[in-house]
Amino acid sequence: MFYRETGQFKTTYNADQAIFPIAQDRWFVTAVILVAYLIVPFYATEYLLQAVLIPMLIFTIAALGLNILTGYAGLLSLGTGAFMAMGAYSAYKITTAFPDLNIIIVFLLSGLSAAAVGIMFGIPSLRIKGFYLAVATFAAQFFLLWMFNKVAWWVNYSPSGTITAPPREMFGHMMTGPTATPETRYFLVLTFCVVFAFIAKNLVRGRIGRHWMAIRDMDIAAEIIGIRLLPNKLLAFAISSFYCGVAGALLVFSYLGSAETEAFDIVVSFDVLFMVIIGGLGSILGSFLGAAFIWLTPIILTNVPHLVGLEMATDVQKHIEIMIFGSLIVIFVIFEPAGLARLWSIGKEKLRRWPFPY
Amino acid sequence: MNFKKLSLVAAGFAVAVTGIAATKVMAAGEVFLPLLVYRTGPYAPNGIPNANGIRDYMTMINKRDGGINGVKIAWEECDTKYNTKIGVECYERLKNNGEKGAVVVNPYSTGITYQLIPKAPVDKIPIHSMGYGRTAAGDGTVFKWAFTAPTSYWSQATTFIKYVGEQEGGMDKLKDKKIALVYHNSAYGKEPISTLELLSKKFGYDLKLLAVDHPGQEQKSTWLQVRRYKPDYIFIWGWGVMNQVAIKEAAAINFPMDHFIGVWWSGSENDVIPAGDAAKGYKAATFHATGTDFGVHQDILKYVYDGNLAKAKENHWGEVLYNRGIINSVYNTEAIRTAMGKYGNKPIGGEEVRWGMENLDLTAAKLEKLGLKGYMNPHKITCEDHEGGGPVTFQQWTGSEWKIVSKWYTPMYDIVRGQIKKAAAAYAKENNITPRDCSKEG
Repeated sequence: MFYRETGQFKTTYNADQAIFPIAQDRWFVTAVILVAYLIVPFYATEYLLQAVLIPMLIFTIAALGLNILTGYAGLLSLGTGAFMAMGAYSAYKITTAFPDLNIIIVFLLSGLSAAAVGIMFGIPSLRIKGFYLAVATFAAQFFLLWMFNKVAWWVNYSPSGTITAPPREMFGHMMTGPTATPETRYFLVLTFCVVFAFIAKNLVRGRIGRHWMAIRDMDIAAEIIGIRLLPNKLLAFAISSFYCGVAGALLVFSYLGSAETEAFDIVVSFDVLFMVIIGGLGSILGSFLGAAFIWLTPIILTNVPHLVGLEMATDVQKHIEIMIFGSLIVIFVIFEPAGLARLWSIGKEKLRRWPFPY
Repeated sequence: MNFKKLSLVAAGFAVAVTGIAATKVMAAGEVFLPLLVYRTGPYAPNGIPNANGIRDYMTMINKRDGGINGVKIAWEECDTKYNTKIGVECYERLKNNGEKGAVVVNPYSTGITYQLIPKAPVDKIPIHSMGYGRTAAGDGTVFKWAFTAPTSYWSQATTFIKYVGEQEGGMDKLKDKKIALVYHNSAYGKEPISTLELLSKKFGYDLKLLAVDHPGQEQKSTWLQVRRYKPDYIFIWGWGVMNQVAIKEAAAINFPMDHFIGVWWSGSENDVIPAGDAAKGYKAATFHATGTDFGVHQDILKYVYDGNLAKAKENHWGEVLYNRGIINSVYNTEAIRTAMGKYGNKPIGGEEVRWGMENLDLTAAKLEKLGLKGYMNPHKITCEDHEGGGPVTFQQWTGSEWKIVSKWYTPMYDIVRGQIKKAAAAYAKENNITPRDCSKEG
């Protein structure tokens, strides 16, 4: 009843091929974007923007990237953290070498350098699949982080091996660096996130995405019907690493402010993989939901005892948080193995049939 | 999952999110300190005694004196798991708590310190990283909001060389000696490298750098290299489990333990007890005394634990890292007290406490009054010098306790200072900071 496309007639092919063919979806997405742009930054506290929303959006971009690779092309990767590090360190190198270069261009260039590295580590994907490929991408994780630790050129020979986001300006506003306000940081990250999500959405429903899905579902069949595996798999690696690279650069420039390789260790790769799995493999919406779940749940759990006025020892609280978070993941995976995105579509189905469910 | 459950979950989520947005702790007539601690995670065994020391000293001040000059100290702990991302979230959550916001923050991780330093001038919250963090922050003209008192990694590295030189019977004897540095492969572990390299040129010893990756349980290849290199001395710049593994490995190659010297973060009970008898003779640097024979310890025992010694010991009372926590608290509370001397005995904010920190002068008389005589050294912070180059001493593990075995060594501060100036200038250039003129500061 609430969610019914009855009466929405498509009279052109364009209307039929729109990103959101159903009017309600269109309204909903528009409303979310409008709220994110026009309402959130003016009402949210600094804490909510800086410590909750900005990192969540950044991880959404990384999850989008990994979802393209793992969810759509079916290539399991554990190198996400490394590709993010590649983006972050390249962005640092580029912007310190060319301080006048627009910071957006810096981010895009750093994404490209991550893409190049992604292609390199994606080459084995033609021969190996599944867990074996995961192990091969694992090598990227170790190799790249080792390189950033070992080769001082990457950190401009700073004795501590740390990269710091220098202040960069755009349109008269500080975009990065300590003096950038949380609002501008938020706008920057949000814009990247929205644009990248739309690009991803269009990619996966077009020719390229269909190639990827054909490869994912059965690569031999895909090859027989004329899909070239190597270019398509490498393209998936390139685009995925591009997303991750930009996410890594944003993580340092818009969130952390300064970082060492520890910020991109193997835990990050696993976190992003969990976001994709819990959110929903092969779903753009799932990337958003997964990132929100993995990033927000611990923060909510940390804050809850305080909100209800419960005084608890710090360590007890943290341990409870870890336990609840763990069991929530187990519960979600048991009840809805297809991810939160699937829950969402079930919800939509129910809304459509309400009040006469069956 | 059916629709009802689904909507319930969604509603719960929404309530929680809005709740966070609205949360804010208000306290009247108090100064607020955010405590970034790590009672969980891989480094928890070190984080717990440290956090307890910080907490117990403040509890004692509140109970014994009714706060600082009558203004109570309030604090809230946030568990960082020693993870920089969580640390930043903690900082953002706590920085505006209390009446005037956080007055000083101790990040307790070199990684978190690096991230907070650029934020400090914007949020107007001073950072005090005591014996860790960014050494260059000792230059107060560039790092107005960061403090590294009483001493830094670079200063400490010079005292290592002084100590070794003395052990060998003179600095000229250092020539052609072989020293290996086993370090945690992170910003923290890399801190001493530039100083040790500089001094190796000056004194002619040979330096071998051996990195150990986080968390440091696997060091076989490192110690194979040590065996091949046959160093006269080994310095270790480790943290957490890395230390005990290194001590065991050193014992396994029969390395003389008294030639194996740790940074002050590699010299706690947690590092030596798991290694058992092998650790006997192992040395580590420190900038404060060991044990519990000081007025402050007795006061904490009396006011915090009601004289219950067993309970105090259970809370790591008197352990190395607990004692360091106390000193950290002393710096915090005395900076607040100094600031109150200028701004009045009322709840003050970060800006005032920054002034207090910068004008902190812990004289011998003050320390005696605080029950800290012989426990820590008198120390003075100035506008230019946010470190002060405090002296370092060396402690040795007897198999059951840490004992101070050396005199106090003052760092080669002229050399360190030159390096700090250079690094701070590079930072200032990269971040468009104009160093301030300290002669104009009041």
